[in-house]
Amino acid sequence: MTEQYFKSIKELPTESWFVHGERSCQGCGEALATKIIMKAIGPSTIVVSATGCLEIISSPYPYTSWAVPWAHFLFENAAASASGIETGLRVLMRKGRLPKKKINVTVFAGDGGTVDIGLQSLSGALERGHDFLYVCLDNEAYMNTGIQRSSSTPYAAWTTTSAVGKVIRGKPQWKKDIVSIVDAHRVPYIATACPTYPLDLANKAKRGVEVEGPAYLHVFCPCPPGWRYPSEKSILVGRLGVETGIFPLYEIEDGELGLTVNVPQRKHVREYLKIQGRFTHLNEEEIAKIQKRVDEESEKLGLGPRVKS
Amino acid sequence: MAKRIPIEDSYAASLAVKMANVDVISAYPITPQTHIVERLSEYVSNGELNAEYINVESEHSAMSACLGASAVGARCFTATAGQGLALMHEVLFIAAGNRLPIVMTVANRSLSPNISIWGDQSDMMASKDCGWIQIYCEDAQEIFDIILCAYKNAEDDRVLLPVAVNFDGFYATHVIESMVVTSQEEVDDFLPPRKIPSFALHPDHPTSWGAVGFPAIQTEIKKQLEDALRNSKSIMNEVWNQYGRITGRYYDIFEPYKTEDAEVVLLLMGSSCGTARIAIDRLREKGVKAGVLKLRLFRPFPDKELRSFLKDYRVVAVVEKDFSAGGLGGHLFSEVRTSLYNLKQKPKVLGFIAGLGGRDIRIDEFESVAKKALNIVNGKEKMERDFMFLQVRE
Repeated sequence: MTEQYFKSIKELPTESWFVHGERSCQGCGEALATKIIMKAIGPSTIVVSATGCLEIISSPYPYTSWAVPWAHFLFENAAASASGIETGLRVLMRKGRLPKKKINVTVFAGDGGTVDIGLQSLSGALERGHDFLYVCLDNEAYMNTGIQRSSSTPYAAWTTTSAVGKVIRGKPQWKKDIVSIVDAHRVPYIATACPTYPLDLANKAKRGVEVEGPAYLHVFCPCPPGWRYPSEKSILVGRLGVETGIFPLYEIEDGELGLTVNVPQRKHVREYLKIQGRFTHLNEEEIAKIQKRVDEESEKLGLGPRVKS
Repeated sequence: MAKRIPIEDSYAASLAVKMANVDVISAYPITPQTHIVERLSEYVSNGELNAEYINVESEHSAMSACLGASAVGARCFTATAGQGLALMHEVLFIAAGNRLPIVMTVANRSLSPNISIWGDQSDMMASKDCGWIQIYCEDAQEIFDIILCAYKNAEDDRVLLPVAVNFDGFYATHVIESMVVTSQEEVDDFLPPRKIPSFALHPDHPTSWGAVGFPAIQTEIKKQLEDALRNSKSIMNEVWNQYGRITGRYYDIFEPYKTEDAEVVLLLMGSSCGTARIAIDRLREKGVKAGVLKLRLFRPFPDKELRSFLKDYRVVAVVEKDFSAGGLGGHLFSEVRTSLYNLKQKPKVLGFIAGLGGRDIRIDEFESVAKKALNIVNGKEKMERDFMFLQVRE
């Protein structure tokens, strides 16, 4: 069970250090997630952003949405840059050139910047054991460049580079299981989260900066333009992702996995798929294939049985 | 007290980095630079150097970790060569554009294919436009001194730019030479710990780095970097003079050898300068008036200084270990010729590409270059273009 740093949403600070005025689309899941995470971890933070949606919506020169120190260097090097920041702070404090102070070094990167182009740099940083929180804002495609497929795009989903045609119907491969890859590094804290569950997300982010060593937070971020649904439905899409077992919410602390949002009776994946334009081409066979996979994964995690439909 | 010691050039680099009291070393092994970082790892492990050594998983991450550490105010070092520098390429621009005073040694190595661990200067030349100060060294003493000066220069508030200290793979990195070590007291006095800048990343004074640059602002951002790089030359001279007053060893943008009455000047960078000087001595014994101009500073390019030095000579032969594929010969040749082009009275400039992938440039080959250049300017010989490859076996 997640450490309860915040018992209700009202305990989160009213101010955020990712401030309003940023240029995200209406209903943006990752802007909401970032705002909640920044409330949870507070102002004693240095943020590194990989190139991606969050970086471009928050920093149109000379404006910034960051009330904490923030650096964007490149696409694939956020974890390596954070390694340098964490190491630099540690050595300067040890040598007495900076006053001793807890500073949360935190990375925000998209799924492309994490599971594809940034995977090597992330793996290196996790293996070296830097004390930092890595947040992957997973909207399941390269949304910043216009909805191109990433290895985090789910099976059968339409994107602009996994087009639905007569021969190929969306992405032929399954979504990469990045959490297992991170878990293979035996880091002290891993969690999945979704802004539909803000308290769960806030507590996990706080836990991530409190543990010593690398922490990894994988955040499910519904994306209206990329997933093809109306912008007011982001919270619902996130909830259906969790309630169908498509995106289970759990944490792994010191190797021990625990569900944080239990789903006693899972909804059919159709409920989640049918409200998103990226899945409208799916036939019954494809939906059944997805359901089977979700059933298997849910059983491993101990999620409840599926509601008959 | 300064003392004279025998030392491998790579270890001279490590020693300078240690004496500069760097805070963070972030590096990935690649021949022929590995001796440098191996020795630094030893220094850190046995407590001789109070620093953190980040064993990154690639050169891309090596430079990226330097970005982060330098941005919080740490003095940083990395070393690379050849493919490693090529992999770092995009990160080099980020270091310069964010005005981070990182110092890196480049053990100049050929680029693949074929894979070649041996020396030439095509690695740094392929990244010459990255916004870094670029210096080429010849021997252990110069490497040691220039690294110490590089930190002083890089961290100066009027500069704030990264510096690449180049020296030839194997020809420099793996030879043992005699060197005078500046005392630690003198180094500490010359180069105190880096001051944490007011714009460093720290929660007490938030700043945003690496924002989106729209067309309305990008030109000005780029021009600022160009101005900073140009201005760094005068500060470098200041730093070199200050170091000279302490140690008696003065450095300059270039170093002439027997050029006063020369009819032909060989112009080159790096470790081959020693061989070229011997060739000059031999030529002079035979009555050929030749000289060498060793160029130390490649970026910012000293066009003004070269114009005023070279304008009255008859012929300049640029010998270099790199070339621009499909371009106008070697990079150095191209820039020297461009620097002189608009002068009314100017020397003929000829380019010779040699020493690629670790092929030795022999004394007699330098002699031939000088003679060929003289023959061409005297109309006794012709070159198809103004530049050519040497040493190509037909």
